[in-house]
Amino acid sequence: MKAITLPATRPGSRILGTGAYRPERVVSNAEICELIDSSDEWIRERSGIIERRYAAADESVTDMAMEASGKALASAGVAATDIDTVLVATITHPYQTPSASAELADRLGTHKAAALDVAAACAGFCYALAQADALVRAGSSTYVLVVGVEKLTDIVDFTDRGTSFIFADGAGAVVVGPADQPGIGPVVWGSDGAQKDAITMTQSWAQYRRAPADKWPALTMQGQAVYRWAVGEMADVCRRTVAAAGLTLDDLDVFVPHQANMRITDSLLRQLSLPDHVVVSRDIATTGNTSAASVPLALDALVSSGQARSGAIALLVGFGAGLAYAAQVVTLP
Amino acid sequence: MAQSEQEILEGLAGIVNEVAGTPIADITSEKTFTDDLDIDSLSMVEVVMAAEDKFGVTIPDSEVKNLSTVGDAVSYIAKASVGS
Repeated sequence: MKAITLPATRPGSRILGTGAYRPERVVSNAEICELIDSSDEWIRERSGIIERRYAAADESVTDMAMEASGKALASAGVAATDIDTVLVATITHPYQTPSASAELADRLGTHKAAALDVAAACAGFCYALAQADALVRAGSSTYVLVVGVEKLTDIVDFTDRGTSFIFADGAGAVVVGPADQPGIGPVVWGSDGAQKDAITMTQSWAQYRRAPADKWPALTMQGQAVYRWAVGEMADVCRRTVAAAGLTLDDLDVFVPHQANMRITDSLLRQLSLPDHVVVSRDIATTGNTSAASVPLALDALVSSGQARSGAIALLVGFGAGLAYAAQVVTLP
Repeated sequence: MAQSEQEILEGLAGIVNEVAGTPIADITSEKTFTDDLDIDSLSMVEVVMAAEDKFGVTIPDSEVKNLSTVGDAVSYIAKASVGS
């Protein structure tokens, strides 16, 4: 009987380069408050957000992904033609089909790379990064482009004072390739669909189609429930992730939590008591919450500014709608 | 073992002091969390979570909005801990 043959496995994978795209238009809290009953002070206190970026009306999810991907490929020194797999984490590619990743793979000039979108909302990038690592180690892929991109302004209700100030647009990307030493640690991940209504859409597109006079589907969030879940459970997820990589919190150089809310970051820092030398991303202040794009945007900001050195050990954690989370330790390019 | 309302008030005052830095002497039964003690919705979540740990009770999100004053929270915790 014939046996199935598998490709040779690899000892590890690592992030070879990062790239980011931040849309041109800067939106202040004052501008947000033109449509909601709030204030600059209130928004800063509740979220730490000072300003955020909005994509142009004619700027698509794949347009933004293209920009970030081009920079990530250049920084990795990998040609688009060497990319054999494209993973795009997003919840705002506004087509049920085809995927953003297939369009991106073509526009970048890959040789018809494998392509799929990953829908895990704010945890999406870390989910996709875990897939990339597994694909490279298994020998299924050699160079994987991993993108987190969102145009949340397409699904935000600008009159909802609970969410409109939080969400924004952007794209971040990394290239993952083979490594002799593991540069991406084991993923710690999970979901709690019992809390699926904590971050959801006001209705489905099918419901809207049957009642087009209704307000179109928009993102809605039970802020307190999400906050409770995040500050209640993510510190333990961080501890388990570091332990899974055979490290301790003292070994960390960089902490990149999903940029959900500065207060969540502060709470995690209090709970984890990270050493003073750890560089902590606070990208949300000028970027807002960009869901799947938040971790790669924050990562790129630290890498490209030199705040995080090459080879540094970083803990990434994404968490959000689902409620889903994923975390891993990585070494920086 | 059920705790007296005075013990719960003292414990809760310690939590509010830790979360928001409010002086313990200012934290009395009739004070409202939002207006008098300046505890916003996210800080209230942290107060509730710490209270759940300290008193071994469960305070669901649906109840939190009914806890307007410190006294409301003390009564809720007292009742919930009797039941547990």
